[in-house]
Amino acid sequence: MSRPVQFNNTVKFEGIPEGYMGNGFMATNFEKVVGLARKNSIWPLPFATSCCGIEFMATMGSHYDLARFGSERVGFSPRQCDLLMVMGTIAKKMGPVLKQVYLQMAEPRWVIAVGACASSGGIFDTYSVMQGIDQVIPVDVYVPGCPPRPEAILDGFMKIQELVHNESLRRRHGDQYIDLLASYGIQ
Amino acid sequence: MSLTNDTIQQQLTQKFDDLLTDWQTPYGMLTFTAPKDLNLKVMQFLFDDETLRFRFLSDLQAVHYPDNKGAELAVVYHLHNLVDNVRLRFKVFTDINTPDVFSATALYQSANFMERETYDFFGVNFVGHPNLIRILNVDEMDYFPMRKEFPLEDQTRIDKDDEMFGRG
Amino acid sequence: MVNATDHILLPEGSIEKQTTTLNLGPTHPATHGVFQNILELDGERILKATSTVGYIHRAFEKIAERRPLYQITPLTDRLNYCSSPLNNMGWHLTCEKLLDVKTPKRVDYLRVIIMELSRISDHLICNSIVGVDSGAYSGFLYVMQFRELIYEIYEEVCGSRLTTNIGRIGGFERNFTNVAFEKLEKFLDPITGYPAQLKEFENLFTRNRIFMDRTIGCGAIAAERALNYGFTGPNLRAAGVDYDVRVHEPYSSYEDFDFTIPVGKTGDCYDRFLVRNEEMWQSLSILRQAYEKVQSFKGAEAEVYHADVPAYYLPEKKDVYTKMEALIYHFKIVMGETAMPVGEVYNAIEGANGELGFYLISDGGRTPYRLHFRRPCFIYYQAYPELVQGGMLSDAVITMSSLNLIAGELDA
Repeated sequence: MSRPVQFNNTVKFEGIPEGYMGNGFMATNFEKVVGLARKNSIWPLPFATSCCGIEFMATMGSHYDLARFGSERVGFSPRQCDLLMVMGTIAKKMGPVLKQVYLQMAEPRWVIAVGACASSGGIFDTYSVMQGIDQVIPVDVYVPGCPPRPEAILDGFMKIQELVHNESLRRRHGDQYIDLLASYGIQ
Repeated sequence: MSLTNDTIQQQLTQKFDDLLTDWQTPYGMLTFTAPKDLNLKVMQFLFDDETLRFRFLSDLQAVHYPDNKGAELAVVYHLHNLVDNVRLRFKVFTDINTPDVFSATALYQSANFMERETYDFFGVNFVGHPNLIRILNVDEMDYFPMRKEFPLEDQTRIDKDDEMFGRG
Repeated sequence: MVNATDHILLPEGSIEKQTTTLNLGPTHPATHGVFQNILELDGERILKATSTVGYIHRAFEKIAERRPLYQITPLTDRLNYCSSPLNNMGWHLTCEKLLDVKTPKRVDYLRVIIMELSRISDHLICNSIVGVDSGAYSGFLYVMQFRELIYEIYEEVCGSRLTTNIGRIGGFERNFTNVAFEKLEKFLDPITGYPAQLKEFENLFTRNRIFMDRTIGCGAIAAERALNYGFTGPNLRAAGVDYDVRVHEPYSSYEDFDFTIPVGKTGDCYDRFLVRNEEMWQSLSILRQAYEKVQSFKGAEAEVYHADVPAYYLPEKKDVYTKMEALIYHFKIVMGETAMPVGEVYNAIEGANGELGFYLISDGGRTPYRLHFRRPCFIYYQAYPELVQGGMLSDAVITMSSLNLIAGELDA
């Protein structure tokens, strides 16, 4: 049933970070090593509410495998997860629940808004739907689509990986981040 | 002898005389209107009668007619006779200032959520319902959103420009 | 500002009692959707359950009052999103009933193909998720492969995978290509296609001792009680009542097909699993019959893919550029200015979860005056507290997944 691979046949290899190598040791920037380790072992929390959740199930399946990016273990406990994947419409009734789940996550944490409804309310411009989850929590990557194809979800996931790779270790303690959280009412 | 719309109409008029009005058959489904306080009696009669046997409540919901002064809210019941395969629809009209209708939960368990939904959207007060609170909307909402006078969009949103959507 | 603790609603005196109050909250594992159940537990036994719904209420009925008929089709996609073509077809059948349109036989048979494929894809998810919830993950991975093949067939016909917006009032937007039929044949192949995989899935679960121990006797419901609760679909058939809208009120030429309705006995989770499994076999048989019937049309008849509904079906582009009436129809349809006939119609189809009904009241304008969806999940979810009472906590999870609750349909 599988088709031969036609595009993207050049696989990108992760290189060793630049540093000073010697006999039995290597000195490099701590941030680079931590970034490399973190990006290839992200544990996502699928916060799947509606149709995008079914496309996520297809992404988790064997055809579009999310596990090859290091996310073999999807957790449902926010205390143990790094990435909050919000997939589907978030209604105003669900907003406080989403915020509480976000608050329970430990730093460093990332949020990806999958689908048009999570990004901006989607086709549901109504009194009961929250027009985008960035009304309650800060979002790192938005994946548009209704629902986005599994390839698009994987692309969004890879952008999160880039963010994780290049993140400075001091970012979460810096003023800009604390101000961002304060604007959402999070200490 | 199979159950036809005429037989049902005949039996109902025999039992309830002229109280049931506005007999129609749009697209083959018998439709009539009953007075507000008779809705349970009509449903009980349709349930118990051995030839009518309407023992399945398919649907229960309301419609808002703001121009019908004195009868603005219509509660519509869809009943189904599974044995003879006949459907029927009946409506009760109620005033919007005193929207009290008897609840069907004693007869049909499936009416529970459906009546809560009707209350949530239209404000129809079902007398005798065990737990008549909002079901789909947030509990703090203080208006009944499906009534015609309320808009679809959340008026406090700032990121969508009504002008661009043709609603400015 | 949104308060983080706004949604907690513990009942009165729940801290002082001897029983434990557990919140099986809106975010729970296994992507069923967002339902909240507050359970009173005595150890592991459930004494009482209270359900809260509405966490994904999207106000479909209010949106539908704003939109012309064919703009409501994308809304119906998002009702039961595991089987969106079924909802689309149901809505188009309702519109055709209102507009009094008769579709040609070939259109009916093509519709049956799409509807049965989506029924298979929905039952497939439900059964494999019952497996996942009882701890068996591999069954899910095996059958999801074939769901991808169903998605490829949808893509050939309408262009999208999940929320398909498939078909038009009167038929389809384009004829099925040869590629679509090849993919259908590949799906139906008895050795490399879905039937072989379904057999393997059956072998993993139906006589598996652990699975049987977990599901037999849990969440049982009697037939009388199920009818009173408004059950329809596989859940009702598992309880023993053979009510199927395809047989009782045939639509889209279902009377031309030969299939049986599987019926269970006790209505517990095991029966529901078996009923859905057998329905998948019946759907495969209907698919084969429909495919043969479609192949039997030759010549000009094989090019028919829609009925003649000029007021709602977009005319051919070459006519739009040359003929005046086609231009006017095109303009009116795209701008949504076609007036509907006055009337009220209730139409029901056999959705994957039961009787999916559409009650449409039209006052002659361009949009419906009132549109109500009779959603099967919403109605049978009321029975959930009764089904789990007296059972264990782990049975509550299996019962919920075996009822096939889809949040989009429940909250609409």
